[in-house]
Amino acid sequence: MASTEDVRTATPSGSGRKAYVTGGLIGVAALLMLADLYLIFLVAPTDAVLGQVQRIFYFHVPMAILSFLSFFIVFVASIGYLIRRSRKLDSLAHAAAEVGVVFVTLALITGVIWARPVWGVWWTWEPRLTTTLILWLIYVAYLMVRSYAPNRARGAVYAAVVGIIGFVDVPIVYYSVQWWRSIHPSAVVGPLAESGSLHPTMQAVLLFSFLTFLALFVYLLVERMALRNTEDAVRELRFRRFDAPNSQD
Amino acid sequence: MTAFLRPILVMAWKDILLELRSRDIIVSVLVFGFLVVVVFNFALNLTPQRVTALAPGILWVAFAFAGVLAMNRAFVREQEQGGLEGLLLTPVSRDAIFLGKALVSFVFMLIVEGMLLPVFAALLNFSAWSLTLILTVVLATLGFATVGTLFSAIAVQTRSREILLPVLFFPIILPVLIGAVEASGAAIGAGTGGAGTGRWLPLIAVFDALFLVICPWVFSYVVEE
Repeated sequence: MASTEDVRTATPSGSGRKAYVTGGLIGVAALLMLADLYLIFLVAPTDAVLGQVQRIFYFHVPMAILSFLSFFIVFVASIGYLIRRSRKLDSLAHAAAEVGVVFVTLALITGVIWARPVWGVWWTWEPRLTTTLILWLIYVAYLMVRSYAPNRARGAVYAAVVGIIGFVDVPIVYYSVQWWRSIHPSAVVGPLAESGSLHPTMQAVLLFSFLTFLALFVYLLVERMALRNTEDAVRELRFRRFDAPNSQD
Repeated sequence: MTAFLRPILVMAWKDILLELRSRDIIVSVLVFGFLVVVVFNFALNLTPQRVTALAPGILWVAFAFAGVLAMNRAFVREQEQGGLEGLLLTPVSRDAIFLGKALVSFVFMLIVEGMLLPVFAALLNFSAWSLTLILTVVLATLGFATVGTLFSAIAVQTRSREILLPVLFFPIILPVLIGAVEASGAAIGAGTGGAGTGRWLPLIAVFDALFLVICPWVFSYVVEE
């Protein structure tokens, strides 16, 4: 049922206007990224306490924020998909989840690299870190459900369910870990002062870095959705060619 | 109220009757839960000095693993012989099917936990007669059963069904697990005595209430054909 409609409405992409859009987006993202690297390594001042390692912060923070944003997109698109059954919303949720998992993975890795010299440990079960790790686990499971489902239409529904449940769970995870941490002593050692104020130049570079990664994020999202379109079109052609029942996949 | 409850109870009674005749879930889960504690005994070298501090964690790892095992079976029976189609054809709402299934998982897990708790209490040297402990077990098990039933319905229809349920289940129920460990730790006198002990039961209750609303709603999409 749903899958037949999915296949019929699929159109090959990458042609005409869409190619200009993705081409333009990657051009903008690339230019911004070059400028961003220049700002991060040559303009931003070196942190007085933390030294050079502090620069990883300009990569880490934007990616962490954008991964939260992408899981919020998954949540909204999943609710929309369950109610409206639009293939576009499913494609948006799928793309946002994949890009989100990539960004959250990188945020975790950069976080670990940053934690070692700053806190003296690779990892600490601090609420934000723990919640981020749980997010990673939830959205990896989201992608697993999608690919293990008996067919694409079912996979879309199951994934939407996980996308909704997972996002609703996040605040509860955060608060429970925070309370749990307030009981157990912190393992954090080292020179991190939970600094409230950033140098103005640092703030500006961070904002620029955020916009750069936002451009990259939008590009990846649009490109991934276009790829989904192409996948669906190929699937339709294959079914036509062999006249196979589409319940198989 | 009866019109709402009756289909749920009938749905649950069907599974209880099946279990009474086959006894394949409760017995295997019981043995498994017991084994977890035995394995922990050797893995952690439980000396009398350390056992009280570690007991809540061991207890809840055993309960959570046993719960996953029990809930993995919840929809397997329906899947194998096309029973789910039969259930969907009956003139009851999808909510009733979900709540019936969740109720059965809840009851089965409570039975298993009720039998394991005295054994654990003896092995791990704590007193199981605590109202807080029993309340914690009931509330946490309700959360396990609600979320687990939904994910069991999904997992059973996928390839690799055995692995997908725990992969989905554990990250989501983490708050319940943390809360249950802390609350039962406080109840048996192993608690770290922090300020937060009174918060855990409300936290688990909020989790239960939230997912008792969301899970039946999304379940209707999971089983549609």
